[in-house]
Amino acid sequence: MLETALEAIRSIGHRVNDALQTLGFAARFLAMILLYSGQSFRRLRLTIREVYFSGFQSLLIILVSGLFIGMVLGMQGYETLQRYGSSEALGVLVALSLTRELGPVVSALLFASRAGSSITAEIGLMKATEQLTAMDMMAVNPIARVVAPRFWGGVVSMPLLAAMFSAVGVFGGYLVGVVLIGVDEGAFWSQMQGSVDFYLDVWNGIVKSFVFGAAVSLIAVFEGYDAVPTAEGVSSSIKRTVVYSALAILALDLVLTSFMFRGI
Amino acid sequence: MSAECLVRITGVSFAYDDRPILGGIDMEIPRGKLVAIMGNSGCGKTTLLRLIGGQLKPTGGELLVDGQSVPRMTHDELYAMRRRMGMLFQFGALFTDISVFDNVAYLMREHTDLPEEMIRDMVLMKLNAVGLRGAHRLMPAELSGGMARRVALARAIALDPMLIMYDEPFAGLDPISMGVIGQLIRKLNDALGATTLLVTHDVQEALLIADYVYFVSDGQIVAQGTPEDIRASTDPFVHQFVFGEADGPVHFHYPAVPFEEESMSGMGHA
Amino acid sequence: MNRKSLDLWVGFFVAVGFFAVLFLALRVGNVSSANFAETYRLIAKFDNIGGLKVRGPVKSAGVVVGRVTEIHFDSQNYEALVTMMIDGRYRFPKDTFASILTAGLLGEQYIGLDAGGDEKMLQSGDTFARTQSAVVLEKLIGQFLFSKASETPGGK
Repeated sequence: MLETALEAIRSIGHRVNDALQTLGFAARFLAMILLYSGQSFRRLRLTIREVYFSGFQSLLIILVSGLFIGMVLGMQGYETLQRYGSSEALGVLVALSLTRELGPVVSALLFASRAGSSITAEIGLMKATEQLTAMDMMAVNPIARVVAPRFWGGVVSMPLLAAMFSAVGVFGGYLVGVVLIGVDEGAFWSQMQGSVDFYLDVWNGIVKSFVFGAAVSLIAVFEGYDAVPTAEGVSSSIKRTVVYSALAILALDLVLTSFMFRGI
Repeated sequence: MSAECLVRITGVSFAYDDRPILGGIDMEIPRGKLVAIMGNSGCGKTTLLRLIGGQLKPTGGELLVDGQSVPRMTHDELYAMRRRMGMLFQFGALFTDISVFDNVAYLMREHTDLPEEMIRDMVLMKLNAVGLRGAHRLMPAELSGGMARRVALARAIALDPMLIMYDEPFAGLDPISMGVIGQLIRKLNDALGATTLLVTHDVQEALLIADYVYFVSDGQIVAQGTPEDIRASTDPFVHQFVFGEADGPVHFHYPAVPFEEESMSGMGHA
Repeated sequence: MNRKSLDLWVGFFVAVGFFAVLFLALRVGNVSSANFAETYRLIAKFDNIGGLKVRGPVKSAGVVVGRVTEIHFDSQNYEALVTMMIDGRYRFPKDTFASILTAGLLGEQYIGLDAGGDEKMLQSGDTFARTQSAVVLEKLIGQFLFSKASETPGGK
């Protein structure tokens, strides 16, 4: 009995130890990325290439999802608002939910599963096939050449994707609310413009998505670089990228929201 | 002697945590020669290459490349040294997202400011040397194992290195490709005036092309000599290795408790 | 993927992204109404501000002329000190009346300015002489019930 209890405590200790070690390595890894970024910015083409792969190629899923979410918000929002006789506030509801929360959070979740997982898979496979070791032996720093461009590509793409998501979402809300249901168009836009503040709502949303982009990109490149170099190891790294990214996005969202919208 | 010797290894040992891999290796690799290191799988041959390339640091001993101590080099010095080394990895390690041409051009583009036309000529020359000039537009996924190995070879010699290291260049190849690669390794060494270090467990092929051979077992050098010496050797280990006998000083069985004992007590764990 | 078409698509991506930000800034939010080019500061003291919030609108004749920037409690006089920035294009006489009003029955609260007839204009940093506090619904109902109760015995 005592034996099993001790064993359980010991295994908890091991896990905490491992987790702290990984966290420490991740922090050191981020420092290395920043340190070697100068080297990789001197060849900007590498980063532009990654903006294409993680940003441009996520465009379709982001736009389609944004449109759908905006339309659903339009329907549900109208349903609730019209009970209180204030369906003109539909524009406000759609725009605020999108710019403050749904835009940054949902697009970051989509980004993590679309671009983050493929970054992890790419780097993990390069590691498994010794391409990273080969690069290092050829006096090419793999962090400057492979990791940093992917990290910055994600950091640049994410805010742009989130802004597109929100913009398309507002349009979706407009389609359902104004075109389909028949809320007054003037009231829809003017109430929205009266209540959505550029700095407080739009800009804070962009800041949020920037932070999410950095977090997801770091997790993705780190999991790829830290992957066990086997098929199984790479697949479990991809899984971890998606899971940890989702947790990080939601936890960071709570923290950022409580800083940004305190007492207003 | 040291001017003649490109790589000098004295008393080098290495261990992962508490698991010893190499214990006191002494080795000299003369300039312009083709030296083969042979041994059974898992005897620490690849570790030795990593030590010479500076990717691992030895736990003891001294390791000089071109008169400089590798373990004491800074990051920049290490990268400067690696630019003069070429390495062929076990499975080629070609960059799978770029074409054959770009793989070979990779180092020239990374490390030199040569104009694109000149790079093009050099790449085609290197590919011609391995007989694959016609394949320069293909992607690595479209190549057979032997072709991929030859492309990797062309990439390893892209910047005319002073030292070329091969990690199991014959692994998983058919006999024809094996002969092709073996002859290429020899020819490239002589044509480039480079020094070659070949790590393999393929004895027959290595004995054909090497100038000097080391046998490594359990992290120790157990035999060395020219190919003629080795063929004539009466050492039981060398004999077993050269003629591929199943049992000898190297046992077929991994160390275990006697079979009867295990079958009595071990069932519960199965 | 050759260089030129890669550049083209990345350029397209970035352009669409900036267009989206611009759309959010100009069409969804309203940069122009939030930031007046030139503003001056006025202060008003209220006994009770009700539900007035920072960034709430300041209106005169229904037109937004400024925004509330700060709300403080003055512990000497036990009053609320409300600071607002008014659009520099609009000037108000010294005896302008500031009151806290509600948009609709349950809507947001704002400050309404009713211009007086004074010759002199309010300068930056001035305080409104006359204010009217927010109407608190509970107090209103209380007063109503009280007056009903006091008038009933007299009526009979």
